[in-house]
Amino acid sequence: MGRARYAQVAILVGVAVALQLLAQAGGKGFYLTQLTMTAYYTAAALGLCLFMGYAGQISLGQAGFFAVGGYTSAYLTTLDLTARRGEALVGLLARAQVLVARPDPYGGEALSVHPWAAFACAVALTLALAYAVGVPVLRLKGHYLAMATLGVGTIVYSVVLGTQRFGAADGLSGVPPFRLLPGVTVGGSAALRVQNYYVAWGLVAVSMLLFLNLVHSRVGRALRAIHGAEDAASAMGVHTARVKLHAFALSATMAAVAGVLLTHFNGGIGPSESSIMKSVRYVAIVAVGGMGSLWGTLAASAVLNFLSLRGTFGTLDDAVFAAVLILVMLFAPDGILAVDVRSALQALSRRARPSKGEV
Amino acid sequence: MLVELFFQYLVAGLTYGTIYAVVGIGFNIIYNTTGIINFAQGEFVMLGGMTAVTLSRFLPLPAAIGGAVLAAMAAGALIEVTFIRWLSRPSVLRMIIITIGISILVREGALLAWGEGVRSLPYFTGDEMTSLSVRGVHVSPQVLWALATCLAVVLVLGAFFRFTLLGREMRACASNRVAASLCGIPTRNMVTLSFVLSAGIGALAGCVVSPITYTQYGMGAGLAIKGFTVAILGGLGNSPGAVAGGFILGVLESFSIWVMPTAYKDAISISLLLAILFLRPSGLFGDREAARLKEH
Amino acid sequence: MMERTKTPMLASITALALAASAAPALADEPIKVGALLAVTGPASFLGAPEARTLEMLAEELNAQGGIGGRKIQLVVKDTGGSPEKAISFAKQLIDEEKVFAIVGPSTSGETMAVKSVAEEGRTILLSCAAAEVIVNPVARYVFKTPQKDSHAVVKIFQQMRKTGLTRIGVLTSNTGFGKAGKEQIEKLAPEHGIQIALNEVYDKAATDLTAEATKLKGANVQAVLNWSIEPAQSIVLKNVRQLGLAIPIFQSHGFANIQYVKAAGAAAEGVVFPAGRLIVADLLPDKDPQKPVLVSYKKAYEARYKEDVSAFGGHAWDAFQILARALREAGPDREKVRSTIETMRGFVGTAGTFDFSPADHNGLGIDAFEMLTVKDGKFAILGK
Repeated sequence: MGRARYAQVAILVGVAVALQLLAQAGGKGFYLTQLTMTAYYTAAALGLCLFMGYAGQISLGQAGFFAVGGYTSAYLTTLDLTARRGEALVGLLARAQVLVARPDPYGGEALSVHPWAAFACAVALTLALAYAVGVPVLRLKGHYLAMATLGVGTIVYSVVLGTQRFGAADGLSGVPPFRLLPGVTVGGSAALRVQNYYVAWGLVAVSMLLFLNLVHSRVGRALRAIHGAEDAASAMGVHTARVKLHAFALSATMAAVAGVLLTHFNGGIGPSESSIMKSVRYVAIVAVGGMGSLWGTLAASAVLNFLSLRGTFGTLDDAVFAAVLILVMLFAPDGILAVDVRSALQALSRRARPSKGEV
Repeated sequence: MLVELFFQYLVAGLTYGTIYAVVGIGFNIIYNTTGIINFAQGEFVMLGGMTAVTLSRFLPLPAAIGGAVLAAMAAGALIEVTFIRWLSRPSVLRMIIITIGISILVREGALLAWGEGVRSLPYFTGDEMTSLSVRGVHVSPQVLWALATCLAVVLVLGAFFRFTLLGREMRACASNRVAASLCGIPTRNMVTLSFVLSAGIGALAGCVVSPITYTQYGMGAGLAIKGFTVAILGGLGNSPGAVAGGFILGVLESFSIWVMPTAYKDAISISLLLAILFLRPSGLFGDREAARLKEH
Repeated sequence: MMERTKTPMLASITALALAASAAPALADEPIKVGALLAVTGPASFLGAPEARTLEMLAEELNAQGGIGGRKIQLVVKDTGGSPEKAISFAKQLIDEEKVFAIVGPSTSGETMAVKSVAEEGRTILLSCAAAEVIVNPVARYVFKTPQKDSHAVVKIFQQMRKTGLTRIGVLTSNTGFGKAGKEQIEKLAPEHGIQIALNEVYDKAATDLTAEATKLKGANVQAVLNWSIEPAQSIVLKNVRQLGLAIPIFQSHGFANIQYVKAAGAAAEGVVFPAGRLIVADLLPDKDPQKPVLVSYKKAYEARYKEDVSAFGGHAWDAFQILARALREAGPDREKVRSTIETMRGFVGTAGTFDFSPADHNGLGIDAFEMLTVKDGKFAILGK
């Protein structure tokens, strides 16, 4: 059983490599930019799929966590603490290499946080937020849960939009590249395009592996038990509150990690990344792919995000997402991949007239 | 001077509050009959305002408003028949997602039809500068129109649900759908009717506040969130509760500006929403038992 | 003798023949100009008129035969105002479409996000956004066409001092434009002797601002400075007047759109603000150097789109025409066009007369602004 999973992920990696080589050969290397951005959005969607699809919860706040990760990293790596070098704490951090010098846009030097340290802060902050918010929020169900998560996302949006330090409406720009390892840097320049593609899809592959293993483990069964019937699961000894909380935190952290890396790739982030529309998109993608299907989510995210980032839908971008969302919800509530065409057509003719006993 | 300021803030709060309250009432009507939270509620407000502005170019104001309300009602019916009627016992998640999708489609449709510009209806009485002054506190007459409309809506709805056959049928549908259908009530049509009513109220609200604010294709989403907050605050399904909730939220927002930077005003309403959800999801005036039962 | 000259002659004839056959093919290829505009979304009041202006200009230019026999092909991308889309489309335009230059983006946040992308891709970027940081520090390929916020603030303060107003209340919207204005206002107030008694930021999507207006009333100010580029600024006007505050109201150049005047109705009477001369084109004296350019743009735009011109569309007009002039002078060579723009002087545009230099990639001075007011629901020149 385990082998099948590794084989599937290996196929994914193979497809990714093939795409890159094809693009290179066909002189269409520029597709890699949108594919890289798509990969990061896909990682966030996968996290949400775990929470929504398997645990059966609703979250309209995924974009908020994505933004918390991205903004934390952006803010810390664009700080300039040169003026405060004299202070004890600042001096200590500088000596410990947590603070490093980087060239600032005016030709001078700025003292800001090392990207790895910023990354650690981003993840820590997201975890703290997810657990703090998760405890009260996950006690709710249905509409209330949806609105609570929507509220969390909206607070993040209001805070980044209203705070001068975070760039207010302009967002933060000039975020330096993130050197992961010698020779592997996450940044936006053209020379780094190929390695960034592999870093991004590498993240997706690793997450897929992690989530697939999780889903087929005891934890995964606990998640699905909660999805099916929460009270029954609790009666069977599943610590429902704890499991939901951990799933929520994992989902949030996935989004934050993707947020950090995309911010370094783009060189900046804006309040639009935390907007309600973005959260709706993540939900739409998970719904289209099929709530309980990681592969479905991956496919849906890859296609929809790629097309959207290339501007294929033009001015009607949001409308297309909404239309796809509605169509899937009406005709294929278990996701596109689960559609059985013949029974769908039968259902269509049945729905036109109410059946006996249907209220 | 301080007392004057206090009352001025209060009036400002009531102005916001009316807008939120009417959207909240619209939520409640649909929720009561169907258990659905209609995220597209804010779009009805937008449609009402936009249609009225277009109609007012060749119709006198009252006719334009009437026309807008009718058009919105037709839109509400169309939406219900096209999207909602198909579903048999949908899950909460599915309903939320569908109504969100509908609200986006309506918004994009409005963008195509009317463009990105802002419009407003003329003031019903007076103009942009007139205000009535009561002991130093200034109120625009349009605010009074909005308050009066809100009151009228609550009264008329109350009477409708209490004294008319149709209203009572809808209430029956709300409390027990199966039993209602056993009594011969066409429950499917009741659902459509709830959308029609909700849309009409929203449109009327949109018309009456359009002079105060402005109408633009994207105004629906923000209103929906505030309206939902207010509906929950007052207890989901409880319309007078929604009105009270609306005024409470409005006044809270207004006074928050006195002490906090204006930029964080929206955070107030969201924090309030979260506080209610965490501490007392049945709302201030809602029935705890009913809230829990309605969930399933 | 004949032997020696035969081969070079043959070679040159062949070369000429090849050149002649190659030239028409080159001449047929259009010059691609990209545009990153916020046509829909929260900044649509900027991007939509900009997109319409560009389409109109491209068509006009192509109807006249293009530049050097080559037509202009406009590739407009709708970013919806979000920086991540702007980055994705910018890379697409530069790497894939291989555009010659890019007009836009519409907002400062998006421009800052793509500034380094354009610079690295060595593609000329003519931004329609106002922030100072776009051209300071100067990037070789990045220019902007809107006026400097600091000039607008100085003109307002000068007018205030002229009428003896020193204690003011400042309201700015929570957008990039508002934020930039706030910074300039706070920075320049002391040296002009202006005291800021109240300094508030309001939400651009607000539906009623009576509470903010009340706060203003409580602060006992002599004048109000309302700095915003969104529709909500009209609500401020209405609410202030409804509270019975009859003090003078000053606005920013973000008010330069007749829609905002209409939205505020009677409350807009007497508002004073600095702006480019486009919106009062018909009222200018005939000898004003900008008048012919402004009147012709206004007529063409209003005839075609049945709506009033706004300063925002004008920024796109300036960007396109500057590019066109540079292309005519230097031919379709990126480096040459770039240095042509950089040294262009005396270009008469809608926002003012541009004098570029390697250190100044904006080119507009304080006389780009005229102090305007609203009379009888229409724009008028202050003092005339």
